[in-house]
Amino acid sequence: MRSEYDIIIIGAGVVGCMTARWLSRYALRILLVERSSDVCTGATAANSAVVHAGYHAVPGTLKAEMNIKANPMWDLLSEELQFGFARTGAYIVAVGEEERPKLDMFLDRAQKNGTPAQIISAKEMRRREPGLNSEVSGALFVPAGGICDPWGATIAAAENAVMNGVELRLGTEFKDFLWSGEEARRIVGIRTNQGRFTSRWVINAAGLFADEVMHKAGVRPEFRITPRRGEYFVMDRHQIQVQNVLFPVPTAVSKGILVTPTLHGNTLVGPNAENIEDKTDMDVTPEGMNEIWDGGRKLVPGLDRRHVIAVFAGLRPAGNAPCLNPDVNYHHDFVIDIPEEVKGFVNLGGMESPALTAAPAIAERVIGMLRDAGETMAPKTDWNPIRPARPVFRHLTHEKQAVLVAEDPRYGRVVCRCEYVTEGEIVAEIHAPIPATTYDAIKRRTWLGTGRCLGGFDMPRVVDILARELGKDPLEISKKGHGSEFLFRRTKEAG
Amino acid sequence: MAKHLKSQYDVIVIGAGPGGLAAAISAKKNGADDVLMIDRDLELGGILLQCIHNGFGVETFKEDLPGPSYAQRFVNEARNIGIDYLLDTMVLDVTPGRKIFATGSRAGFKELDAKAIVIAMGCRERTRAQILIPGPRPSGVYTAGLAQRWVNVEGYMPGNRFVILGSGDIGMIMARRLTFEGAKVERVLEVLPYLTGLSRNYVQCLQDFGIPLQLRHTVRRIIGRDRVEAVEAVRVDERRRPVPGTEEIIPCDTLLLSVGLIPENELSQKAGVALDPATSGPYVDDGFATNIPGVFAAGNVVHVYDLVDWVTEAGLTAGTRAAMFARGCCNKKPDFVSTAAGQNVRYVVPHKIDPETLTWDTVTLQMRVAQPIEEAVQVRITDGDAVIAKKRNRYARPGEMISLKLRGRDYDPVRKAKELRVSVLPL
Repeated sequence: MRSEYDIIIIGAGVVGCMTARWLSRYALRILLVERSSDVCTGATAANSAVVHAGYHAVPGTLKAEMNIKANPMWDLLSEELQFGFARTGAYIVAVGEEERPKLDMFLDRAQKNGTPAQIISAKEMRRREPGLNSEVSGALFVPAGGICDPWGATIAAAENAVMNGVELRLGTEFKDFLWSGEEARRIVGIRTNQGRFTSRWVINAAGLFADEVMHKAGVRPEFRITPRRGEYFVMDRHQIQVQNVLFPVPTAVSKGILVTPTLHGNTLVGPNAENIEDKTDMDVTPEGMNEIWDGGRKLVPGLDRRHVIAVFAGLRPAGNAPCLNPDVNYHHDFVIDIPEEVKGFVNLGGMESPALTAAPAIAERVIGMLRDAGETMAPKTDWNPIRPARPVFRHLTHEKQAVLVAEDPRYGRVVCRCEYVTEGEIVAEIHAPIPATTYDAIKRRTWLGTGRCLGGFDMPRVVDILARELGKDPLEISKKGHGSEFLFRRTKEAG
Repeated sequence: MAKHLKSQYDVIVIGAGPGGLAAAISAKKNGADDVLMIDRDLELGGILLQCIHNGFGVETFKEDLPGPSYAQRFVNEARNIGIDYLLDTMVLDVTPGRKIFATGSRAGFKELDAKAIVIAMGCRERTRAQILIPGPRPSGVYTAGLAQRWVNVEGYMPGNRFVILGSGDIGMIMARRLTFEGAKVERVLEVLPYLTGLSRNYVQCLQDFGIPLQLRHTVRRIIGRDRVEAVEAVRVDERRRPVPGTEEIIPCDTLLLSVGLIPENELSQKAGVALDPATSGPYVDDGFATNIPGVFAAGNVVHVYDLVDWVTEAGLTAGTRAAMFARGCCNKKPDFVSTAAGQNVRYVVPHKIDPETLTWDTVTLQMRVAQPIEEAVQVRITDGDAVIAKKRNRYARPGEMISLKLRGRDYDPVRKAKELRVSVLPL
């Protein structure tokens, strides 16, 4: 029996979407399934948005290899997919004399991994970032570091994949594998809440749930994902703007609480690192908020809590895979392989930091693995690597704004007062190749509702626009899918 | 709408709420020939249009009006005297040289010049982030003003079972409104030991409907991933720390926040207007002139008022002075006398006074107290040991603004004063 698809990818986070985009250049029938109502809602949705240079990953690990390989890919990637990325460089800042020697350790690690790095003096560091703690004793500068828009990158990759023929099914949750009746231990598709889909290959890109998916395949029973929660503050850019990506000297478990500019000009403070049980628990906590506050103020003492405009938490899918290199004692490496014990299965797991950075290299590695496994991987002649960005009103000069408004008056109506997002931009996203059908989907694509009023002004207007454009009743419009509707009933109706 | 929009106006008013309407009308009446109002909403009137409850105009008209009726009187007058207006139009930029960039789907992209500008953007609500409520981020956490728009303007109920955090006026008014619409308001929680809104709203909106108010209580945590399912309330001690053992889960589907308002000054900052951290509004003189010549400020953009009548009064003053500036009759630099917040006063507006104003007009000092005093108080303006003006109030509450008028008779002592220090203390 012929399969419906050549490849099914489980999970539309950054790894799944980049893999789909990379695979879309070959003559393959590809299905990308995602259980949420949108792409980019899991670990990819909430993180530090940093493209890492590669000074932190332990030399010899897959993490280090993928990080170093992927970092230079981001310039072309962001050009082709037209999302926000800036190669700003990054700093590890030592506070107090006792932290100063650690910089040499990370200089050494950066050199071993193969990314340029340079120690700079306390005086020079404070010149580059005047708001820094006066007890700064020095810093390590890594010029290859950068910042990106993780939502933009992931959505653009998914969109480019769809433009090139990949089929995307949202609200489709993996339940189990379909197994061949003729050949032992061959996966021939998946069973989901939306029915069965057959394929020759299945790629596990399930992020926080990658362990559960691989266990269903009978692979790596000892592998566990621990959700490690990190909380963040977003600061009002009208009140404070740091100039540089500032990491503290890392701890044993994480890169520490950083203070970094975002591409939107806001300063981001976080994350802490707390291992939890529940893979859906993105709560912010009083303890976590205090911890990141203390951490942020260690680097930038002038941070003022009154200038916080948003708080959020993200989950890192921390795995326990040992490094394949026998000389390296490391037990939190990426899993990127085609396991021998089952056929038709590509396994990607443990995708915590630097997975966002590494995603394009992981996608490329998947291509290589499939080719090695005997896939012909014939390139399509009509593959288009360009995902054209849609107009962003606030990024234009007044002259260009005037032209855009004259062409389409919907770009003249500002719906989000803090971030100046217009009705034209919202409508464009609702009718994009991957339609935005919820408030949060519009938010991730346009940056609407992320400013100091947190959507207080735009929310009724966006609900109206979504209802109108989708031909729905406003009562059906939700924040993030069924169960999160905004409105309960019309007034003058019994409660 | 403005049928024949000009590219230059004597006075342009940004925002057509009560402050902007009053400013535009008084500018026109005081010699500004071409006056334009710009507002982002579809109608004139600002936030008053969603305030369908009564309580407006008691001071201005000696009548108790609903918000839209109060606004309509000014809208009618503005139309009658020929003030231009642009609706559904957002101002994007204001330069220190008084150039305005604005955009609207009907008006298109506009570049306008003004001889004088009145900024009247009002205020915005504080959000969940500013008070750092822990928990997930489900649907069903709304500011009280957002809920008010949904219910009163759009005609939708954003929930059935509410908890309201904060005893601000909008929250209390919404508690009553939602009850009228058949919703259940379980509780109003206030972290402070006193009410932050008007006492009359407590009586008329909570007490009369049996809605409990718990002072010294806050929301410790929101529960519910997709939609709010409950909140965890907790009592707090004097330092606003949760008291262990007092946690209580209150099932609800919506949490409304009425936790304060902040003057909306992003545009002002683009024009170079300097802001007072105590009010979050511009530093102003008695004519509501900011530090940028020709830029005046009216209403809640300066500081958050408790009654619309005072917003109107301030708007009238700002509009008059903007017209004077546009006509070029502000020739000599005044010898300002500064005001200062003294004992138990959080801030006082205006920040400085031109004593010469008192030769032709009164000057109202407005202030909010830091701590409530539930007994007779004296509001006092002093210069060193000398008392320049004073008045007696029955009480002083942070939720209720205190005004003190300076008149012609105060001209001499004000002119000679080094500083006007205002205090509010028990008699």
